[in-house]
Amino acid sequence: MTVLRIAVVYPDLLGTYGDGGNGLVLFRRAERRGIAVELIQATSDAALPAVDLYTLGGGEDGPQVLATERLGEAGTLAEAVANGAVVLAVCAGYQIVGARFPAADGAPVDGLGLLDAITEKSQGRRPVGEIVVESELEGVGMLTGFENHGGLTTLGPSASPLGRVCIGIGNGDGTDGACSGRVVGTYLHGPVLARNPALADLLLSWATGRALAPLDDHRELDLHRERLEASLGRRGRRRG
Amino acid sequence: MRLRTRLAVEATAAVNQLSRHIGTGSGTVAGGRVGLAIAPGALADLGRGRTVAVVSGTNGKTTTTRLLAAALETSGASVVTNATGSNMPAGHFSALASGPREAPAVLETDEGYLPATLRELSPRLALLLNLSRDQLDRSNEVRMVAKRWRDALAGSTCTVVANADDPLVVFGARSAPSVLWVAAGVHWRADAGGCPACGGRIRFAQGTWSCSCGFARPVPDVALEERGEETTAMFADGRRFTIHLAIPGGFNRRNAVMAAAAAEVLGVPADRALEAMGKVEGVAGRFSVHSVRGVPTRLLLAKNPAGWDELLELVAGDTGPIVIAINARVADGRDPSWLWDVPFERLGSRPIVASGERSADLSVRLHYAGLEHRRVKDPLEAVLAASRSAQPGVSVEFIGNYTAFHDLLAKSPLA
Ligand SMILES: [Zn+2]
Repeated sequence: MTVLRIAVVYPDLLGTYGDGGNGLVLFRRAERRGIAVELIQATSDAALPAVDLYTLGGGEDGPQVLATERLGEAGTLAEAVANGAVVLAVCAGYQIVGARFPAADGAPVDGLGLLDAITEKSQGRRPVGEIVVESELEGVGMLTGFENHGGLTTLGPSASPLGRVCIGIGNGDGTDGACSGRVVGTYLHGPVLARNPALADLLLSWATGRALAPLDDHRELDLHRERLEASLGRRGRRRG
Repeated sequence: MRLRTRLAVEATAAVNQLSRHIGTGSGTVAGGRVGLAIAPGALADLGRGRTVAVVSGTNGKTTTTRLLAAALETSGASVVTNATGSNMPAGHFSALASGPREAPAVLETDEGYLPATLRELSPRLALLLNLSRDQLDRSNEVRMVAKRWRDALAGSTCTVVANADDPLVVFGARSAPSVLWVAAGVHWRADAGGCPACGGRIRFAQGTWSCSCGFARPVPDVALEERGEETTAMFADGRRFTIHLAIPGGFNRRNAVMAAAAAEVLGVPADRALEAMGKVEGVAGRFSVHSVRGVPTRLLLAKNPAGWDELLELVAGDTGPIVIAINARVADGRDPSWLWDVPFERLGSRPIVASGERSADLSVRLHYAGLEHRRVKDPLEAVLAASRSAQPGVSVEFIGNYTAFHDLLAKSPLA
């Protein structure tokens, strides 16, 4: 790869919670290491480009279905994943890359099937609030984020959870998110990579195929620690 | 007025006076709550027999309410209004109970409460500014708010003055029996990409917008021309007015045009309305220079990405020090993810201090925007720190979100 290419997928439809921040965090972290990198805002009125790393954000019910239809028709994303592209999909984006999710009226909509995950409407209260997940991905550790979603997700045998929920709801069964190959989905919405630089670097190392030099992350780590402590109390410092 | 309502009005006045006296509040919500508890139907009772105008939307409600009230005051009547931004039923009750029985009312109305307010108060006019994402952790998706406006207005008799440039407002407003469309502009379009009518995609081009389903920008009754700092309103009958305000910002001038159109519906000619609006200075502490422990500081409030977009337009190009304070209490929304929707990059090179209870989140955001800054968690200390990098005679700009702004305002008298 000569230039690392990162695309924020359909920011005009999927970007309700500042999710575009994930693309920016990845871009800057590559740039600071001297990696040649390009960040593309891939709006839904143009063909989705083939790139090395995609981020998908959250969206309201209508735009979520519209985005799914366009991504399915084009087929670019599935093809790129088959060729080794990395995907981070949060919130509605996580549901889109799964196998199925409910539309606003509850009718099931076929997702892209990049993750073996089925989402159904939550029968209880909408999960809204801080969420802490102990990740099963190597070197990632504790993840901190905010969730706000109306669906709960059940994983099939070919996906594994992103991690175990310590605080919050996530998938609804004590786990959050899903991983399959280089596709990662999670309910930690918005700029999850800003709070969790270790996850950002894991995705970048997958996309570039190399180990990455450390950065001065004192601001990011202050934020990470502060959020864990806010959710877990003093335990956060030891476990984070 | 029913006896029960009269009792409620008296109790409201007493509690509000007490609340102001003991300093627990701005003295509008507590009394209103008491009043509504004594006489649950009293809001409708107080609205009857007078002109009521409601002002709603995500941003600019407080200022536009103030501007419209100033315009109506030129008729010589005393106007009742919820000037401190208590924009739900208790605040409405306090406002209506605060003046003469027949005094016209201009009521800022929370966008989620607009349907209930239309039902209870049957206002003569609704002024609808804009709709965009705000406090998503506790409020409805913005498309749902537009749909509820639409359902409520379909059964109402009020005249609507609405922003023709905002597709979500148009979707909400056009079910009303009578609508006056003002091309008041919309700078924040990130929530308007999906068509509220069909779920398709809205296309914006050359000052207009449309969807393939036929949902499109209505022909405006009042158009705007903006050239630099100059805003001109053009009414359909050929009258033109250049807007001059004491408060700053293109967004305030655009709001003034909407308020002028609303004033005409209520019988005040636009020229007279605009003259009165031009004299409005600070609005509930915003835009004016305050003394923060002796440091002259202009206080500004921005609560969400669209509001930030407007304020960045206002402060871009300045080079003086700026303090940004972010909290995430319930009133602010507990999720500050929206910081990543704000184009802070436009702040450019100037002394910046990140502050507030969520200054760690803000600091990371500014870092990825490539902006050098310091972080001082306490807003008072942050203003003092910023003042040390100010040239003599240059005031500090302070932009806070809801509780960060109000906390500092409460400690800072007018300079
Ligand atoms: Zn449409």
